[in-house]
Amino acid sequence: MSFAPIYNFAYLDEQTKRMIRRAILKAIAIPGYQVPFASREMPMPFGWGTGGVQVTAAIIGPEDVLKVIDQGADDTTNAVSIRAFFAKVAKVATTTHTAEAKIIQTRHRIPEKTLGEGQVLVYQVPIPEPLRFLEPRETETRKMHALQEYGLMHVKLYEDIAKHGRIATTYAYPVKVEGRYVMDPSPTPKFDNPKMHMSEALQLFGAGREKRIYAVPPHTAVVSLDFEDHPFEIQHFIEPCALCAATGVYLDEVILDDHGGHMFVCSDTDNCEERRDAGHRGKLAGHSLEAAE
Amino acid sequence: MTGEPLLRVSNLSKLFGSRIGCTEVSFALWPGEVLAVVGESGSGKTTLLNCVSTRLEPTSGVAEYRMRDENWRNLYDLSEAERRFLMRTDWGFVHQNPADGLRMTVSAGANVGERLMAVGDRHYGRIRSTALDWLNRVEIAGDRIDDEPRGFSGGMRQRLQIARNLVTSPRLVFMDEPTGGLDVSVQARLLDLLRSLVSELGLAAVIVTHDLAVARLLSHRMMVMKDGRVIEAGLTDRVLDDPREPYTQLLVSSILQV
Repeated sequence: MSFAPIYNFAYLDEQTKRMIRRAILKAIAIPGYQVPFASREMPMPFGWGTGGVQVTAAIIGPEDVLKVIDQGADDTTNAVSIRAFFAKVAKVATTTHTAEAKIIQTRHRIPEKTLGEGQVLVYQVPIPEPLRFLEPRETETRKMHALQEYGLMHVKLYEDIAKHGRIATTYAYPVKVEGRYVMDPSPTPKFDNPKMHMSEALQLFGAGREKRIYAVPPHTAVVSLDFEDHPFEIQHFIEPCALCAATGVYLDEVILDDHGGHMFVCSDTDNCEERRDAGHRGKLAGHSLEAAE
Repeated sequence: MTGEPLLRVSNLSKLFGSRIGCTEVSFALWPGEVLAVVGESGSGKTTLLNCVSTRLEPTSGVAEYRMRDENWRNLYDLSEAERRFLMRTDWGFVHQNPADGLRMTVSAGANVGERLMAVGDRHYGRIRSTALDWLNRVEIAGDRIDDEPRGFSGGMRQRLQIARNLVTSPRLVFMDEPTGGLDVSVQARLLDLLRSLVSELGLAAVIVTHDLAVARLLSHRMMVMKDGRVIEAGLTDRVLDDPREPYTQLLVSSILQV
């Protein structure tokens, strides 16, 4: 006798998937607009990617190849467990290679490798409303979106410059989509904002707790907000990646000891591994095991 | 006052169920004119102000406004987008409690600059220098520009609220008890400031107050309200020095003499 639970393909029942797909279609039709949807309980807590998981479950097919990243890495808890979840409930192939993936579910990063046509990037979103911390009333923020009253967003950037001398917002940096809706790109570093602009891939955003789905269709203009005299800038890193010597990529700082020792490494682990396989070596890369023998 | 009025209100009524908020109020306001609405609490002053400023929809009546393009529009026929645009460009609203009209968690400079950013100014340096200029005009020290109004005194908050409203050079400002809750010396300074700003900028204003001294100092004309109706209207000095209605006489004679 088997007690194994019998799940529908990709965990959610077909009617739920239809409901989510309708929300996704509407979101694609109105780029940047937050579409409400009847978010379900998922077998994981809110804040762990319930929105992204529902979007992925609604769009994934048996032939798709899934990649899941968390802060750019394929091997962190969130990424590993969501990948295992879909391998179990949808029996889909999974990968860590960006180029091979059909669907990439992400938390807080966009892969370094440029995404191509036919690929779908699914973002996990904690707070979909970019105006939330400026205007607590949901009725009011909806009205502001409807009437395109976005002056308040610049008040936040003004405050940044007044306090720090520059726009100090480094993640969840507000963008304007196709000249209409102001959108929160989820807490990705602003380093990734330019990758959203005119991307060939479809970008879907799911917020489970807040029950919102929004989208950026392929070839859509995504412009980061700024001031004329304080233009938008991405982060710059002085050192290359300590493992693969990559420059022009987003780096994480890793503390090595209690004496101030630290290293900067690629946040995108797949990109870093591929570069090392191709023979690139950073200053802390060490030797391969065969060479040591 | 010559020429066309700026605002024409006719037969405005607001009922709350069977209760009267204000009823059958008509008046006109000319550019540069300050109209005071006085009366005891509960007389319908604030309801009238909220209706005229489109914060409340009246039960019946019309309020027409001469837009910047010289076209007369019924305020209650404007779309919500037009109304909100009007409210943050050509109008100002000064609340009794400054916390209602300010963003308490952003700096004074951003409070003043918000309207500029709302109408599309995207140059930080320019926004900041305009904000600084306005803080100066309402007598707030320039080095407080990056402080939050939470740390300001009641009088400073009220002056900041005024600056925030006037930065887009509105033609009409609504004020609901602008000196309420301030001590007398601060009141006097604020009144002085308001009086000079109003005459300097040629503002038209509707000021709701229960304080006849405020009406005397600031307004050209005044309306006395009781039980939702306007019972007496006229030039401020005439109404205060020679009140005709028994209620107005009572009101004027109730002023405490020091």
